[in-house]
Amino acid sequence: MTAPAAPGSVQLLLPGGWFTACPVGALEPGRGVAVLLPEDAQAALFLDSAGAVHAIGNIDPFTGAAVLSHGLLGSAAGRPYVASPLLKQRFDLATGRCLDDEAASVPAYPARVVG
Amino acid sequence: MDGMDNPTPGAARPAPQPAPAPTIVLVGHGMVGQRFLEALADRGVAGRARVVVLCEEPRPAYDRVHLTSYFSAGARPDDLALVPEGFMARYGIELHLGDPAVAVDRAARTVTARSGLVVRYDTLVLATGSYPFVPPVPGRDAEGCFVYRTIEDLLAIEAYAAGARTGTVVGGGLLGLEAAGALKGLGLRTHVVEFAPRLMPVQVDEGGGKALRRTVEALGVQVHTGVGTQEITAGPDGKVAAMALSDGSELPTDLVVFSAGVRPRDELARACGLPVGERGGIVVDAACRTADPAVYAIGECALAADGRVYGLVAPGYEMAEAAAAGIAGAEASFTGADLSTKLKLLGVDVASFGDAHGAAEGCLDVLYSDPRAGIYRKLVVAPDGTLLGGVLVGDVESYGVLRPLTGTVPPVAPEHLVLPAGAGAPVAFGPAALPDAAVICSCHNVAKGAIRAAVAEQGCTTAAEVGRCTRAGTGCGSCAKVLGQLVDTELAAAGIAVDKGLCRCFAQTRAELYETVLALRITSYRELLDRHGRPEARGGEGCEVCKPTVASILASLAPTIGLSGHVLDAGQAALQDTNDHFLANMQKNGSYSVVPRIPGGEITPEKLIVIGEVARDFGLYTKITGGQRIDLFGARVEQLPRIWARLVAAGFESGHAYGKALRTVKSCVGSAWCRYGVQDSVRMAIDLELRYRGLRSPHKLKSAVSGCARECAEAQSKDFGVIATAAGWNLYVGGNGGATPRHADLLAKDLSDAELVRLIDRFLMFYIRTAERLERTSVWLERIGLDHVRDVVVHDSLGICAELEQLMADHVAGYRDEWADTLDDPERLRRFVSFVNAPDTPDPTVRFVPERGQIKPLLPLTVIS
Repeated sequence: MTAPAAPGSVQLLLPGGWFTACPVGALEPGRGVAVLLPEDAQAALFLDSAGAVHAIGNIDPFTGAAVLSHGLLGSAAGRPYVASPLLKQRFDLATGRCLDDEAASVPAYPARVVG
Repeated sequence: MDGMDNPTPGAARPAPQPAPAPTIVLVGHGMVGQRFLEALADRGVAGRARVVVLCEEPRPAYDRVHLTSYFSAGARPDDLALVPEGFMARYGIELHLGDPAVAVDRAARTVTARSGLVVRYDTLVLATGSYPFVPPVPGRDAEGCFVYRTIEDLLAIEAYAAGARTGTVVGGGLLGLEAAGALKGLGLRTHVVEFAPRLMPVQVDEGGGKALRRTVEALGVQVHTGVGTQEITAGPDGKVAAMALSDGSELPTDLVVFSAGVRPRDELARACGLPVGERGGIVVDAACRTADPAVYAIGECALAADGRVYGLVAPGYEMAEAAAAGIAGAEASFTGADLSTKLKLLGVDVASFGDAHGAAEGCLDVLYSDPRAGIYRKLVVAPDGTLLGGVLVGDVESYGVLRPLTGTVPPVAPEHLVLPAGAGAPVAFGPAALPDAAVICSCHNVAKGAIRAAVAEQGCTTAAEVGRCTRAGTGCGSCAKVLGQLVDTELAAAGIAVDKGLCRCFAQTRAELYETVLALRITSYRELLDRHGRPEARGGEGCEVCKPTVASILASLAPTIGLSGHVLDAGQAALQDTNDHFLANMQKNGSYSVVPRIPGGEITPEKLIVIGEVARDFGLYTKITGGQRIDLFGARVEQLPRIWARLVAAGFESGHAYGKALRTVKSCVGSAWCRYGVQDSVRMAIDLELRYRGLRSPHKLKSAVSGCARECAEAQSKDFGVIATAAGWNLYVGGNGGATPRHADLLAKDLSDAELVRLIDRFLMFYIRTAERLERTSVWLERIGLDHVRDVVVHDSLGICAELEQLMADHVAGYRDEWADTLDDPERLRRFVSFVNAPDTPDPTVRFVPERGQIKPLLPLTVIS
């Protein structure tokens, strides 16, 4: 986490600072990957079709399964979301809020591509 | 009045017992007879009265109108059956098949059948139909001469045609051309001999006859008009050899079919002293009653109150309704009918309506003729502009609107009604312009006003619902298109906006997107969304509804539109649902299950051992599925390629359990082992499963093949199910298990292997083409109707069967195993990791605990419920 990241790396902002996940080339537009975080936590990292990266928690709060990275991306009112592959609830990629249940949310991590 | 509510004097004659339920005897069980029984049932009479039916033919009522089209499509007699299952039993109707009435004693009110059965009646209904007229030419009894009216006639022709090369039809009318179609369908060189100067002299005029002749001849049928048949000469073996014509020529032929008109079967009525017409036909009044108030006559045997004998089924139906109404004590009358017809003969569309020949004084013809295209249209118009009738040949698109306009002044000039679309001034002219009184469905006499009311007042939103409400469109079906347009217009007028769009991104339905992709050869989701999506969705991310839907359409059409068939290739991978994306089924804890294909449920011991070893080595939970294969649960994504490397090496392929695609074709053990089996169901199941494996569709597809009627494979609960018969295979479609079980419908009977495969090819591709997203075949079939599906895939009513077959041929030729291809491609394999930054680390949240000697997921303690 301390070494300077190579250009083109995708980073997530964690409480301890920017965490380097992978090269942006490892991502496929419109899909996600799972990122193993310190202490066995995990994030779901997405590249949208406009080329922006987004990261939220990978654990689906409705099932407890680490599957959000496997969901399909969509956009509603211009905001990208992911639909859980298990029971299809949608989560806003910028805030982690569930669009189908106000009581549910997942962590949201600011994400960037190192220039 | 001899009604049920007004017992006849006969019932009051001295009787030792209390008066029993009145007895209605129906003589003749053809189309009109059956309709009469249904009308009795509708009016509640069938339950209260004893109803006895005497039928000459060995089978219950069937659809005589479609004899040719059904037979040429390879269907069998039972497919023509008209009697709903259980109908006779439900109403306690006594049906005596093969036992015609031979005498009526009107004084004693009894009917005697050939078997000696004597039935006393309170009401007698004669629906004896007509018989084919055979002109008195010498040699007409030679072996090889036939008539064309019943299934038995057609079966006899079929049997004889096997040893014949040339067939000749005497008579170029409607039925004659039907018969010619049947002969052509049997592979004979076919001639039609017509005494009149043109074909279909009753329905079409000279110009229409010419257009018809050109098209019929182009189909390889030789037409001889303006000549009569003088003699039929037989060879030394007594079989037909040639026909001498009135112009001195001789026509060599192996088989002759007389189709020179029909005559009413009124002999029973004559014999019991009922008045008949000069040229035949039992005289009836407007209520269809004969001179004896206890006796009715309906259909082709009756001489209607307007002095005509009607040989079409629609007027027969009206008479059946009128008679049933009268018997029930209601008022109804039949005073004459519209003789409009629209039909497809030898593939040529012909329609005539109203005063087709311009018999009215001072009337004018408006004509359009395009001999090259075989199109002829004529409208007959009164001097004041009233449309009187017309003839359409080759293109009858406008029939649905023109016929109901007959008798009115159309809202546009007549020339616009005959010109082809695009010629002359463009005219927006559809069923909306029709008056409320215009009859849209002539089979059931439903006017436009009733259809509008069904939408506006009864809440119908589809043509099918309107059909259930009003019966419109449930007869011959020729009004289906106009009906659909009317329903749409009415919905729009009522302000009922039905957004049929697939999702927030596309205003089109799945079926419309399919057509767009196919027609424009669109190969990417992005292109489809940005060019054909809703304006607000263009350039956006799309959504989880349309992405897999479009992915499925692209996969279904991949070989045809020139796209890689692999679902994980560029542009397609990002669209796939999780299951398709990992070629495995995600389970509740995020692990995946693996299902290798086991075609027909048949597996060798060696392969069984491999599955066992793989499951043991990867610690997977194993379970036998309902589709006769084995599901291996509990794999993590990074294990999937290694599991499949072992399976592919042992000869397994993807089972597509993860896809909206063909799942399994289940089978019973069939004739190879089972003492009841009549066909090799396992072989057929394997053949079908291998043919359709990998076929992406709007929803999953399940199938089964049973080797005999015991149906151990449960084929009737499948999307397409096959049951062996002694003569071949019966094909059932639209079955479903699950939450809303549905028994499959019989689509076709006694098919050969090749016929079976061809029909399934068409059926599946038609489903893929027209079904909505996640619409199983059962729901789809209910929505569009079994009759329509049968028309399209069996009778090719839309002319698309060749295309459907080609699409399936493309699929079969383009099939590759997705898992083998994935293992061969490092780019596709890259996604099979739990973590992008720790490819070799298993997902720590995927955990298992033991249960009954295997594993089960260990679920987290806290989740939102």
